[in-house]
Amino acid sequence: MSAESKSEVTGFLGWVDKRFPIMDVWNDHLAKYYAPKNMGFWSFFGSLAITVLVIQIVTGIWLAMSYKPSATDAFASVEYIMRDVDWGWLIRYMHSTGASFFFIVVYLHMFRGLMWGSYRKPRELLWIIGMLLYLAMMATAFFGYLLPWGQMSYWGAQVIVNLFAAVPEIGPDLSVWVRGDYVISDATLNRFFAFHFLLPFLIAGLVFLHIVALHRVGSTNPDGIEIKENKDENGIPRDGIPFHPYYTVKDVAGVIFFLALFSAVIFFWPDFGGLFLEPPNFQPANPLKTPEHIAPVWYFTPYYAMLRAVPPIAGSQFPGVVVMFAAILLFFFLPWLDRSPVRSIRYKGPIFRGFLAAFVVSFVVLAYLGMMPASDLYTLLSRIFTVVYFAFFILMPIYSALDKTKPVPERVTT
Amino acid sequence: MPCRRPVFLDRIGPIHRQCAIHFCSALRYYYFLTFGSSDRPVRGRRFLSLAGVFQQMSAQGVDKSRRRVLVAATSVLGAVGAGFAAVPFIASMNPSAKARAAGAPVEADVSKLEPGALLRVKWRGQPIWIVHRTPEMIANLPKNDPKLTDPASEASIQPDYCKNPTRAIKDQYFVVIGICTHLGCSPTYRPEIAPDDLGKGWLGGWFCPCHGSKFDLAGRVVNGSPAPTNLVIPKYTYLTDTTILVGEDGGAA
Amino acid sequence: MRPAIIAPAIFAVGLLLTPLVTVAAGGHGPELQEADIDLHDQASLQRGAKYFVNYCMGCHSLQYMRWQRMAKDIGISEVDLRKNLLFGDAKPGDMMTTAMRPEDGEKWFGTAIPDLTLVTRWRSPDWVYSYLKSYYTDPSRPYGVNNLVFPDVGMPNPFTHLQGIQDPIVEGHGPEEHVVGVKLVEQGSLSPEEFDTMARDITNFLTYVGEPFKLERQRLGVIVLMFLGVLFIPAYFMKKEFWKDIH
Repeated sequence: MSAESKSEVTGFLGWVDKRFPIMDVWNDHLAKYYAPKNMGFWSFFGSLAITVLVIQIVTGIWLAMSYKPSATDAFASVEYIMRDVDWGWLIRYMHSTGASFFFIVVYLHMFRGLMWGSYRKPRELLWIIGMLLYLAMMATAFFGYLLPWGQMSYWGAQVIVNLFAAVPEIGPDLSVWVRGDYVISDATLNRFFAFHFLLPFLIAGLVFLHIVALHRVGSTNPDGIEIKENKDENGIPRDGIPFHPYYTVKDVAGVIFFLALFSAVIFFWPDFGGLFLEPPNFQPANPLKTPEHIAPVWYFTPYYAMLRAVPPIAGSQFPGVVVMFAAILLFFFLPWLDRSPVRSIRYKGPIFRGFLAAFVVSFVVLAYLGMMPASDLYTLLSRIFTVVYFAFFILMPIYSALDKTKPVPERVTT
Repeated sequence: MPCRRPVFLDRIGPIHRQCAIHFCSALRYYYFLTFGSSDRPVRGRRFLSLAGVFQQMSAQGVDKSRRRVLVAATSVLGAVGAGFAAVPFIASMNPSAKARAAGAPVEADVSKLEPGALLRVKWRGQPIWIVHRTPEMIANLPKNDPKLTDPASEASIQPDYCKNPTRAIKDQYFVVIGICTHLGCSPTYRPEIAPDDLGKGWLGGWFCPCHGSKFDLAGRVVNGSPAPTNLVIPKYTYLTDTTILVGEDGGAA
Repeated sequence: MRPAIIAPAIFAVGLLLTPLVTVAAGGHGPELQEADIDLHDQASLQRGAKYFVNYCMGCHSLQYMRWQRMAKDIGISEVDLRKNLLFGDAKPGDMMTTAMRPEDGEKWFGTAIPDLTLVTRWRSPDWVYSYLKSYYTDPSRPYGVNNLVFPDVGMPNPFTHLQGIQDPIVEGHGPEEHVVGVKLVEQGSLSPEEFDTMARDITNFLTYVGEPFKLERQRLGVIVLMFLGVLFIPAYFMKKEFWKDIH
């Protein structure tokens, strides 16, 4: 595979290729990496996720040039960026909008995985690396949200760090250690800034591993069949097309369309109805005054709704914390929970489709409930939908095995 | 596809009009590029030749050249977009409004400045000296000329209105940036005549303690000093007879 | 319509509709009047600046707003700025701070006096507009007034002599008693319409102060979206051209 390329390449590229496997990389991962030809709309979100990651890192570094991570200066430094730094407002809005768009893109990317069975053998490790990426993203967002030092930043962090205090025995000491102080303070802000700056590079590393793992096993497709099982006489999958140029040009068009949506929000609606930039956060943090209503940013609210749905047991809020983390950890086990003989939802039966639909509905409803102040009705609904959410995972070994399946074709369809 | 002149073109400014016209042309071009092919005759004046070329080439050739054009168009426009996108990031690194405000011109009131005394003000983080020179000090200035590296201020930095023997707008007030042109220390003011450590020929000026550079009372550097040029004079102007505005001269320089 | 278009269409529409969620979320508190903000109305913004400096800046600062930038954005010349708006040794490059010391404010009013640079972003322009018009007499309060929109507010009414005196409209009896509206009982030196305009001008000004670059942001947005639209055309047809090989 590489022997021929070495002799073909001359000039500057040849000089590099003798010292660095550049042509191998180009061929193995772009020009001769064969991806299914029918991937369609749902395959955009991987490249879009990388796009948003790059946007966040670049805008984040630029913001760090002017941001001051101290309790006395943080809020003022954000306003300084918005008003005094040339174009600072645009960089700030790109970063705040990008954070939300990152989660939108990744949730859609994960949904694709649920539909196509991308987590199934031999892609379990790929899925796990992806889940680690999701955890790293959530940690980054959590640390980042404290940085503007607004009312919501402060009190949201207060609530979440207090969750650590709910851990039996070691809880209170653990939260003091996390905070570096007895309450959320300057010490907490400074270290959260350090973590927020560090984690994206960890994410970048995990993205690299994610792509390496993907290219080892090859991409899935809406039909869930393995294109590598059907190769022609040259060893090229019959249903495969080289990633470059076909998916590169497709992704270019996709990125441009995405940037248009992204720009529409940044330039015309950066607050997004209070979902991306929350009104209470335009007030500086006040440790003596709790806002009427504390809620995390929208991308955390499904889990927050679950946390609130679980009543205190034996005086401890810890069970709620366990349920919240379990909801995320269950995703890791998906490759082994799904016992269906087929990969993709296209060929699965009505039971699986019903559960997946119910799962999506419960995720969205829980997200809404997590934003609302608690009430008896909302708490009841949160409990019902938490059960539905967990049922999707816990009952999967049973219903996926029992479900009717349709015959899977040999070759891909559109 | 005839392009009727849209009404809105009359209501917008000339620059926007040109942009709109180019935008329309671009749309038409891409329309023809995509839908003009050998089996569909193409109308339109400017683009007939291009369509004609497409008609003459073989199916293979049309694909390749269309691909090339589309890739080129996307790449060029993409590069332009990337350039525009880079502008906010590069520009944001310029001094912010806060730095510009802090660097704003500074007013100095010299009405109470005694003859021979030195007033220090800060402008853009730099020390600015204003010396009320006595007539004797002013008369002594030409006597220093033989031992100066640059008596006529040819190589040094000062506004045009200070390129004169006394290096000032009004002889009796000398305005100068108090930073040695060698390595940036702040020289000491030594107005006295012939002190012990500076020798009999000393007619007043500044002595830099870091590496021994000497300057006269017009900030001109003495031969043999490590400093290469005379002290720098900033932009300044008189708001009244006794108020100096440092850092701003209304473009008089 | 090709099936492949449906998914992205639903996605885009769903994305744009989600903030309606917050419409359901809000809604508690008194009915707010529409402020009808127009940031292009420079005359209104200038009046608003004048009123704010005269009636509010004794206590409230706009500590993130520079005088110079404010004047330039809303069309006040530097001469007018120095003559009529800048007092003491404030310079045009300074921030719009108040002379009152925070400790004094806290002592006299019971709480730190809030800076108002961002008030229209964490409340809303409608809230500020309604607040300015909703003072009513309340002998139980230290300054003799209360506010329908901000119950038990700690400050006096700066506009009593202009707007006049309003009484509360009360519903219910005894412990159920609550204020549902206000009515003007004695007009001040301004008619209700004139005071309305004044309140709107101040709100307009504060909305500008909350986001001074808003108009520029929207103007740039049009250009960026147009450019991306143009860029999308060859990109899309490039994709279609290459994918002719596949189908």
